[in-house]
Amino acid sequence: MVKAKEKRIITGKFTPGSGIKAALAGKPEEVVQEVIDSGLRGKGGAGFPAGLKWRFAANEKSDMKTIICNADEGEPGTFKDKYLLDNHPMKVLEGMAIAGYAIGADKGIIYLRGEYAYMLPSLEKNIEDIKKNVFSKLKVGKKKFEFDIKVRLGAGAYVCGEEFALIESLNGNRGEPRNKPPFPIQKGYLEKPTLVNNVETFATVSHIIEKGALWFGKFGTKSSKGTKLFSISGDVKYPGVYEFELGVKLRDVLELVGAENTKSVQVGGFSGINVTESSFDKTLAHGDLPAGGSIIVFNKDRDMLKVLKNILEFFEEESCGQCTPCREGAYQLLKGIKMIEKGEKSIRYYKDLCDLCATMKDSAKCGLGLSIPSPFLSITNNFKDEILYR
Amino acid sequence: MECRDGNLVSFVEGTVEKYGKGRENLLPVLREVNEEFGFVSGAAFIEISRVMDISIGEIHGVASFYSFINEEDRGKYVIRLCKTISCDMAGKEKIEKTFERELGIKFGESTKDGLFALDYANCMGLCDKAPAMLVNSQLYDSLTPESVLDIISECRRKI
Repeated sequence: MVKAKEKRIITGKFTPGSGIKAALAGKPEEVVQEVIDSGLRGKGGAGFPAGLKWRFAANEKSDMKTIICNADEGEPGTFKDKYLLDNHPMKVLEGMAIAGYAIGADKGIIYLRGEYAYMLPSLEKNIEDIKKNVFSKLKVGKKKFEFDIKVRLGAGAYVCGEEFALIESLNGNRGEPRNKPPFPIQKGYLEKPTLVNNVETFATVSHIIEKGALWFGKFGTKSSKGTKLFSISGDVKYPGVYEFELGVKLRDVLELVGAENTKSVQVGGFSGINVTESSFDKTLAHGDLPAGGSIIVFNKDRDMLKVLKNILEFFEEESCGQCTPCREGAYQLLKGIKMIEKGEKSIRYYKDLCDLCATMKDSAKCGLGLSIPSPFLSITNNFKDEILYR
Repeated sequence: MECRDGNLVSFVEGTVEKYGKGRENLLPVLREVNEEFGFVSGAAFIEISRVMDISIGEIHGVASFYSFINEEDRGKYVIRLCKTISCDMAGKEKIEKTFERELGIKFGESTKDGLFALDYANCMGLCDKAPAMLVNSQLYDSLTPESVLDIISECRRKI
């Protein structure tokens, strides 16, 4: 299914055990430094430098730390973590163990979205295999290397992909984001220091530690190192998971996946932005187009108002309801767009909705609420005639 | 207490024993009860509360947050059709109509024989094989009206 263009890392060859062995050959702080030097950014969407997060976690003093693999892949149009867990699970598990060694944690949890429950048996078997065939044969100094991994299932809540909500869910609570600080690296699972990274981040780490930060740095751009998996769907001939070097032009991606008569592209999932022809020469990289991994293509036959309504319905349902800007904001944006569709409101009302977006961006509690204005504003701006003046 | 369902009591006790009594095990316990009985009944809430020593209100608060935990008996097969954009564009509507006409109910309803419930779900990560759906915890992709008929027949055969 993966069609990598020339260079691949994440979907490339990997000898099981080679990453963790390379890690154990050095000190934990050297592993952290290697990740920092690689310039790796978290692959979950926000793009925070992974090595920095590891250093913060390593610096925490505690009798217990936990590594959490965020496999609650819920962003609409994203299915690359599912691909990785189905096809390269060992890299992910090994990446978790490397992180464990680096920050001083001996336990890991994979928070797997409920929709992917089907992979539980195979994942648990892979965990047994890696413990038996790889981990049990390794030593740290004279001590046996130990790292335990268990899988926890989500139960159908998009917001649980947000790391605070995910931790609340693991702690047996409603999956509601909480105020920060404290950050999970200070107070997370069972109120102890916890490092949360995305599935793809862990898979990438296995390769970085195996081959080194210098090698990794040869891929990508100055501020976005390496490659990235993209889930591509919508009006394309060849939907699927693709690995591209960061900094790839959107136009090249569209050509490769057989997108024709493209009207617009939703980049970075529903939380990302909508772009049209004039932006197709931009690149997928930090600081340019969001490289969150979800690309949904719309051709010229698609009604963008219908698309926008679909997006807003999603957010209105998935808002956890805890903070007012997100709960009411999503509801009002959806209601507003429906009224504009029916011609019940003048475009002056659209200006009010834009003000509401500014309030949401200022005051929503977590990434979910902060993101809702992005698709709303970019789609309405790109298609004023089609949506506002219809 | 004489009308307590022994089956339920032992299932809850066994599940809590498997995971542990700590609060962090609440969601896995709720999931397993839901999977076993199709929903988490009022009686199940009482048992979980008793065994895990968490108030029923707290448990209800958690259960109601997650869309895959049913708090009422929706039916033996809960069908959740993805309605997010990639599935929507790939012909979700045809699938929707096939279900409604074949089962004689609308989305949000259950059949009188207690076999099927129709619901929507949000993106389930099968956008490249849209349209997709879940039947209980089983994923189905690349749906066509014809394959929907087959799936319905298969469910009926299994009872």
